[in-house]
Amino acid sequence: MTVARPRTLAEALGALEATPDAHLLAGGTDFMVEVNFGHRRPTDIVALRRVVELQGHEHADGHVTLGAMLTYAEIEADLAEDFPALAAAGRTVGSPQIRNAGTIGGNVGTASPAGDTLPLLVALDAEVDLAGPEGTRTVALDEFITGPKRTDRRPGEIITRVRVPRVTGPQQFLKIGTRNAMVISIACLALVLDLDARRVRCGLGSVGPRPLRPRAAEDFLSGEIDWDGPRAAPGAVRRFAELVAEACTPITDQRGTAEYRRHAAGVLARRAVERSLQS
Amino acid sequence: MTGNHPLAAESETYELSVNGRREQVKAAWLGESLLAVLRERLGLPGAKNACEQGECGSCSVFVDGVLVCSCCVLAADAVDAEVTTVEGLADGDALTDVQQSFLDAGAVQCGFCTPGLVVAVHDLLDRNPDPGDLEVREAISGNLCRCTGYGRILAAVEAVRDQRGRRSRP
Ligand SMILES: Cc1cc2nc3c(=O)[nH]c(=O)nc-3n(C[C@H](O)[C@H](O)[C@H](O)COP(=O)(O)OP(=O)(O)OC[C@H]3O[C@@H](n4cnc5c(N)ncnc54)[C@H](O)[C@@H]3O)c2cc1C
Ligand code: FES
Ligand code: FES
Repeated sequence: MTVARPRTLAEALGALEATPDAHLLAGGTDFMVEVNFGHRRPTDIVALRRVVELQGHEHADGHVTLGAMLTYAEIEADLAEDFPALAAAGRTVGSPQIRNAGTIGGNVGTASPAGDTLPLLVALDAEVDLAGPEGTRTVALDEFITGPKRTDRRPGEIITRVRVPRVTGPQQFLKIGTRNAMVISIACLALVLDLDARRVRCGLGSVGPRPLRPRAAEDFLSGEIDWDGPRAAPGAVRRFAELVAEACTPITDQRGTAEYRRHAAGVLARRAVERSLQS
Repeated sequence: MTGNHPLAAESETYELSVNGRREQVKAAWLGESLLAVLRERLGLPGAKNACEQGECGSCSVFVDGVLVCSCCVLAADAVDAEVTTVEGLADGDALTDVQQSFLDAGAVQCGFCTPGLVVAVHDLLDRNPDPGDLEVREAISGNLCRCTGYGRILAAVEAVRDQRGRRSRP
């Protein structure tokens, strides 16, 4: 078994070329649990925490790029102004210990239906930058995540950055679980009122095999909102909540039933809109 | 150990820096967590193993000054970092103010959660000397205690906060 500890992206890609079956390790909060319980038996590991290209975040034209190694603690501290709902989502992840270690690249890499950053990222049409043996490519996050814990990552590829468009307008992140810390979402929702485009953007987590965009609900409410407020009639908000619930394709598991999840998504949708509108 | 990985298997020797000492980890399986290596190989049983999945906080340590669960850290990835465990907080046999306060407040029953909580509380109070009650609760939200009901733990934290506050005020 080998553990490579590259300091640059080129070294990391080189290590992956030398050990093509290597597993990538970021903050370890998903990875090590699987190793500790024998669910994952890596023969080779490429550890990414020293790779300079994957650190921090940068403001660019119209968007912010988040380095794959950006932790939840950093998101909370540094991105609350750019993406209040991302900071709010980050704040609900695990515990302080988990937020100090867990990364955005790891959340995308794991691609859990319950990944708490994913609903906002898909709602904002975030894109994933990948580097691999064939060069670099950029894919919409919505397409990159293909199913529960499944992605379109190709052999030898590393997620380098997540590009998140900056959107003007209120943002919400709401999550349902059994306590305020250390819970996997039973249902979660991110909502953005895109004031410039006059579009409602919504993302749902834990209510389908991958993060969902309830497009019909978005289209409906976008047409109903008086964007100069923004204001909306209570009936329109209720209808939006119904359409969000209809868009869900939840399963029943130990955390909640499909029925409960669908209901909860509707409640979250109504609450998020009410909190975003001018009353 | 709940994990069923072999503790002894082939591999390279690597070096960790723990509580200011260089430690050689020899003939270890490279997939071992920092928690396993601290406890089983380096004779540092302060960090406790209660879940091995990041949920309980009893394995809390500092890696380069950052509070983490050592069960979620790959030991072989912690080379060139400075690891501080609960054993490294106090100077010799003296107790830190947090440790003394846990004793004074009766915040220790079976004691299994105590080392992790002591590390987490040091992290909180060293960053934020005057946390509000909610900040204290949030800071220890990743540390589970099945015995005390948390009342005396919160009292211990408040006592240290107030002591340190008195000391820093003229
Ligand atoms: C106690 C506990 C509580 C948790 N609570 C939450 C929660 O509330 N919400 C939530 O969303 N998650 C939660 N998680 C899950 C986990 O913390 C997150 O998914 C986290 O973002 C994973 O990031 P990491 O850096 O630790 O990734 P790792 O565990 O290091 O890696 C995760 C996966 O992604 C891959 N990967 C990592 N980086 C890259 C990269 N740059 N390119 C390609 N692949 C990569 C790895 O190979 C691995 O398969 C929790 C975990 C624990 C242990
Ligand atoms: S043993 Fe590490 S968090 Fe429980
Ligand atoms: S004192 Fe027993 S678990 Fe906390």
